[in-house]
Amino acid sequence: MAKLVYDKEGRLLFTKEMAAEYTVLVPQMLPIHFEFITKALSLGGLKVEVLNTTHRGIIDAGLKHVHNDICFPALLVIGQMIDALKSGKYDVHKVALMITQTGGGCRASNYIHLLRKGLIKAGYDFVPVISLNLSGLESNPGFRMSLPMISRLICGVVYGDALMWLSNHSRAYELNVGETDALVKKWTTKISDEMKHTRLPNRRKVRENLLGIAKDFGNIKMGGEPKPRVGVVGEIYVKFAPLGNNNLERFLRSEGAEVVVPGLMDFIIFKVDNRVEDSIIYGGKAVKKAVAKILRDYIIGYQNLLRECLSAADGYPVPARYADIKEMVRGFLGYGNKMGEGWLLTAEMLELIHSGVSNIVCTQPFGCLPNHIVGKGMMRPVREANPTANIVAIDYDPGTTSVNQENRLKLMLANARKALERQRAGDPSTERQSEQVERETVAK
Amino acid sequence: MKSLGIDVGSTTVKAVLIDETGEILYKRYERHNARVRELIALILEDVIKSVGPVEVHAAVTGSAGLGAAERAKLPFVQEVVASSTAVEKFLPGTDAVVELGGEDAKIIFFGQVTEQRMNGTCAGGTGAFIDQMATLMDITADELNELASRAEKLYPIASRCGVFAKTDVQPLLNQGARREDVAASILQAVVNQTIAGLAQGRKIEGNVAFLGGPLAFLPELGKLFVKTLKLTDEQARFPKDGQYFVALGCAVEARRFDPLRLDEVAARLDKAEEIAPSGRLAPLFASQSEYDEFTKRHAQAAVATADPATYEGDAWLGIDAGSTTTKLVLITDDARILYSYYAPNRGDPVEVLREQLLEVRRLLGSRIKLRGSAVTGYGEELMCAAYGVDDGIVETVAHYTAARFFEPQVDYIIDIGGQDMKCFRVHAGAIDSIMLNEACSSGCGSFIETFAKAIGHTTPEFAKLGLFGEHPADLGSRCTVFMNSSVKQAQKEGATVADISAGLSISVVKNALYKVIRVADPAEIGEHVVVQGGTFLNDAILRAFERELGREVTRPAIAGLMGAFGCALHAREVGRAESGLISLDELEHFEHTSSAARCGLCGNNCTLTVNKFTGGRRFITGNRCERGAGGKKSAEEIPNVYAYKLERLQNIKPIDNPTRGEIGIPFVLNFFDTLPFWSEFFAKIGVKVVLSGTSDRNIYSLGQDTIPSDTVCYPAKLVHGHIQALVDKGCGRIFYPCAPYNNVEYDRADNYYNCPVVAYYPELIAANMPVTKTIEYIDPYLVYTRKGFAKKAFEAFKPYYPDLTFGEVKAAVKAARLADEQFRSDIRVQGERAIAWARARGKRIIVLSGRPYHIDPEINHGIDRLITSLGLAVVTEEAVAAQGNAAPLHVLNQWSYHARLYNAAEYVSRTGDMEFVQLVSFGCGIDAITGDELRSILESKGKFYTQVKIDEITNLGAAKIRLRSLVAAMEARDRASGKAVSARG
Repeated sequence: MAKLVYDKEGRLLFTKEMAAEYTVLVPQMLPIHFEFITKALSLGGLKVEVLNTTHRGIIDAGLKHVHNDICFPALLVIGQMIDALKSGKYDVHKVALMITQTGGGCRASNYIHLLRKGLIKAGYDFVPVISLNLSGLESNPGFRMSLPMISRLICGVVYGDALMWLSNHSRAYELNVGETDALVKKWTTKISDEMKHTRLPNRRKVRENLLGIAKDFGNIKMGGEPKPRVGVVGEIYVKFAPLGNNNLERFLRSEGAEVVVPGLMDFIIFKVDNRVEDSIIYGGKAVKKAVAKILRDYIIGYQNLLRECLSAADGYPVPARYADIKEMVRGFLGYGNKMGEGWLLTAEMLELIHSGVSNIVCTQPFGCLPNHIVGKGMMRPVREANPTANIVAIDYDPGTTSVNQENRLKLMLANARKALERQRAGDPSTERQSEQVERETVAK
Repeated sequence: MKSLGIDVGSTTVKAVLIDETGEILYKRYERHNARVRELIALILEDVIKSVGPVEVHAAVTGSAGLGAAERAKLPFVQEVVASSTAVEKFLPGTDAVVELGGEDAKIIFFGQVTEQRMNGTCAGGTGAFIDQMATLMDITADELNELASRAEKLYPIASRCGVFAKTDVQPLLNQGARREDVAASILQAVVNQTIAGLAQGRKIEGNVAFLGGPLAFLPELGKLFVKTLKLTDEQARFPKDGQYFVALGCAVEARRFDPLRLDEVAARLDKAEEIAPSGRLAPLFASQSEYDEFTKRHAQAAVATADPATYEGDAWLGIDAGSTTTKLVLITDDARILYSYYAPNRGDPVEVLREQLLEVRRLLGSRIKLRGSAVTGYGEELMCAAYGVDDGIVETVAHYTAARFFEPQVDYIIDIGGQDMKCFRVHAGAIDSIMLNEACSSGCGSFIETFAKAIGHTTPEFAKLGLFGEHPADLGSRCTVFMNSSVKQAQKEGATVADISAGLSISVVKNALYKVIRVADPAEIGEHVVVQGGTFLNDAILRAFERELGREVTRPAIAGLMGAFGCALHAREVGRAESGLISLDELEHFEHTSSAARCGLCGNNCTLTVNKFTGGRRFITGNRCERGAGGKKSAEEIPNVYAYKLERLQNIKPIDNPTRGEIGIPFVLNFFDTLPFWSEFFAKIGVKVVLSGTSDRNIYSLGQDTIPSDTVCYPAKLVHGHIQALVDKGCGRIFYPCAPYNNVEYDRADNYYNCPVVAYYPELIAANMPVTKTIEYIDPYLVYTRKGFAKKAFEAFKPYYPDLTFGEVKAAVKAARLADEQFRSDIRVQGERAIAWARARGKRIIVLSGRPYHIDPEINHGIDRLITSLGLAVVTEEAVAAQGNAAPLHVLNQWSYHARLYNAAEYVSRTGDMEFVQLVSFGCGIDAITGDELRSILESKGKFYTQVKIDEITNLGAAKIRLRSLVAAMEARDRASGKAVSARG
């Protein structure tokens, strides 16, 4: 066990000594992306392990150690970490925990503190917790976000989004079952291996890889009847993490749907863009705004690259442009609406409908504060503007049973299938109608 | 070809067989009592008997049908799809469908695009809810319907979920409201729930069909729907066979699937593999001998009895007038029990107690002298008034007194009754920390009772089954509404009744431990635990509790009578010479009438229930303050900064001669903090501010049908009504700005956000209230404490006031900031005065904290006045926050309103005559963070932390227990430390 060092506020620090000896546990959120993210962290000198556990004990550990009225993601993530410490699999004196912190006005910024309280309650007050954030909250001598690390993390998200996006489509139509998964595996391995050689951002290399991915996926043999396409939006953790949403994607696929999940890039650009918007709305230092703008446009550059390369994959949809998504939500919400997923959540619903995915699952933790506004609160105008929109809001919490969720999802899917049948029977009215209304809304 | 539809609901199975034209050949509707498989097999046998084993199209639908269909490999039709198909076919021209089932509520809107809505995970069941309420009143659902037909008035009953409604209904019954009125109010709550919770802003109009069991069997429910929705007789459609519609639609939809022979359907269902049960737990008892040992150990905690027929001497009577049961204990001078009673109060507690008092008075005769009596529980005040009981004591004190009798070293008491859970720690002879269940997990004991009844068992029978359930179902640990669907899930997975019974017991225990006490480690709970309350008489629950805790506990043999026993002991301690309890003669001629009235003493216009008893005694309930009860005015004199702050805001005068017209401001959320600023700002630019008014139930109902999220907090839900009220007042312009950021008040805060709901609710209003499109609705992002605000304000208002100059705005902002500061300083000064006043008279001070909008009387339900009526001064958190310095904190201190709480708590923690009470709105997620932090700030200095959760529920019962316990605990603590501060004037 390393020496325990505290800062002047009494926070246990993650020291250089710990960085050398400790294993850092990270809760799973996005299975593909996290391959790259952990690689980037480990190249930064950490020994990282992603927690992929899914058993019931996680929820119990969460219920025991976190205030039960806290949001479900906090309960799961903290439960998962404490459950891991208790599992006996790790030397608890040689383990650190890592958790993200956005610094926004919703409860998520406090997860780290709740985790620390939970650790004290469970008798693990000696386990250090590292905050992973871009807001300059909490620094640690043993962990620093270096430029190569940031660059690798961004590239990791780009690759992750590309593979997730393409594989969601090909999995629905692949003729040789398993081909998609094999390709995902091939590319995650290849890119992870390459990462150690790329210390600084190398757009040429990223382009080369993305084009390779697009080509490989373009070669997958696909066929079969068109399937209803179902978009997934929501609070970031329950939207992405299988543990958070009872393996929603798998369920939708098993019901014969093609799953469309807007990627993580938009969320990251959104968070940076908020700083630009804040200074427009409330005024502020021009320098701050300029810096945020540069960072935003830098990441948008990668999204453009991603879009450009993915359009090379034959027969695949292309993800939307951030600027277009942002434009779509005008008139629905202001750009100052930034807590949690903010206006982006509503915008993603609009973008999905616009690109022909009018079946949408809006996932949220039970009682999620921002989602009262941007999720459930915006369904009415979204439906009014798009009468064919088939949206279902699903709440996740430790008490909700999967049968309740599945029943509601089945209702959405039944509507989706009916719409698809109508469309195939040559009733174009539905399609056209929604487009027209949408154009009118945009014009307003 | 014929077509078969089987609808497996949460409580019933419906089956229909139709021919090609849709004619019904066979139909059956039956409760399945959790034995779905057996019942379907019987039904199929029956169908085959009447039509032979022919080929049919067959499909299954319904909330509990999914699992059955999957395992039997039969086609499944989603139930909302089935129901809309049936309506399209059999009731063409229908515009909307309201369908209520056992646990589900659905609305289908037909039109350009069919829109279907089901109740959310939080919205309580409907049929099950009515059953539950009927059980509460000790009648059947049909009788409830019959009663409702003779109603004269309606009481407001929280319509969100069953648990909440129960908390409203119980006091109404206990306080003697007319049963007819309560019955109708229950049905009206279902109507409101459906309209507010499901329609969410879309109007239910045109031709409306009403389907499902409850609507088919309870005509009064339908009538209330028709009345509330203002439908004509032609528009309201109550089809014959309304309860079969889903099954009918399923039969129609079944035609899409390949035909099957009926005997093949039966065979598939019969062969359906039992899937491996997921989420099962270890049995409660592995063997009979284990159980015997367990019962032997608990038999030791018994109490001696005495024979009333031969006993001579003194006696004391204790009464526990609980929410669902009435308990009595009569003891001798050495605490032996002469007589005891425990029974449900059948919705008429006054009469139940009268019968019992008659019995007691007869037993006493002239041989035994009644020296004293005491009462506790929900009905405490009512019974004191009705029967002249000598003393009323708060429940926690009663329970501690009793527990100490069995285990003198007791340091932890857990009491689970029908409705309430109470847990408290005992430290140095005083009640140290009290935890009551919040509204969301209450009712667990009575839930088991209701559930047992629903599947045809008595509670003891049902509990007994659970003892030896082999694989108890894991039903989670959330509120009972969620448990209903967990049970559904377990049934789907083939759990037996025994497994469910055991599972429910384990869930109740988990609720108590993890939801109420929130224990991480049993070591946190004391060494000497006493468990009590009627629910612990259930051995399955007791066993589950010891198992979960990992230690043995004491369960007194009279676990269900502890409140009453404690009262009797208390009466003995008081040591009166003779009890003033009502005499035998008076009891025999006792009369009780109750009538409704409205209190006109203030703007609240509370609905009152006036109880009159023989001898001219009266007891009035339903009022929020002492005034309507004909009571003391003294409470008015005690300083109340809550009341001051509200008046200070209400009294801001709008200008008389506006040069730029009027603007409406909703008196909601952050305006309780920012109104002085905005009023002055508008005054200075020549605009007259029109305030929407102070919240009440009427304002709430004005906007109720446009609330899109039924789980958002009540303060936010109120906004809808205020906006509508402004429009109704003729406001052509409404100002309601988005405010993600707040004031920077304390240097040490990490940020200064508002919560997401407060920050962005203006945008939700614009999106969900069509009425905002008919006026000018101004909702810009404006944060007036930011630098450069004047420029932003100028840009925001210029479009509406074209002649506005920047100079004017700058001057207005300057004046408004001064007004803002003046307001804050006024509150501080008032706070200082209140504190000085209280100190001069040796009275205690309560820092009643929360959000600025908690001063809204519709939100706090008059808790401030409840506190002053207990003889305590009330100040707000900002009155003392400046003197506190809470740092370092163990949370990210990024919300302005929270920073005030932390500082105020820190100040209270080191101030002798102050206590801290936090008001928390149900559904306020961020208070999950503040609550724990405040508790640790206060408890680190040996102070109590008291949290009161509030919602739209108008009943103050739980809050009162909590506050009275706090007072009792403070007194005990001070007695222990030799200090004496008078709590009561």
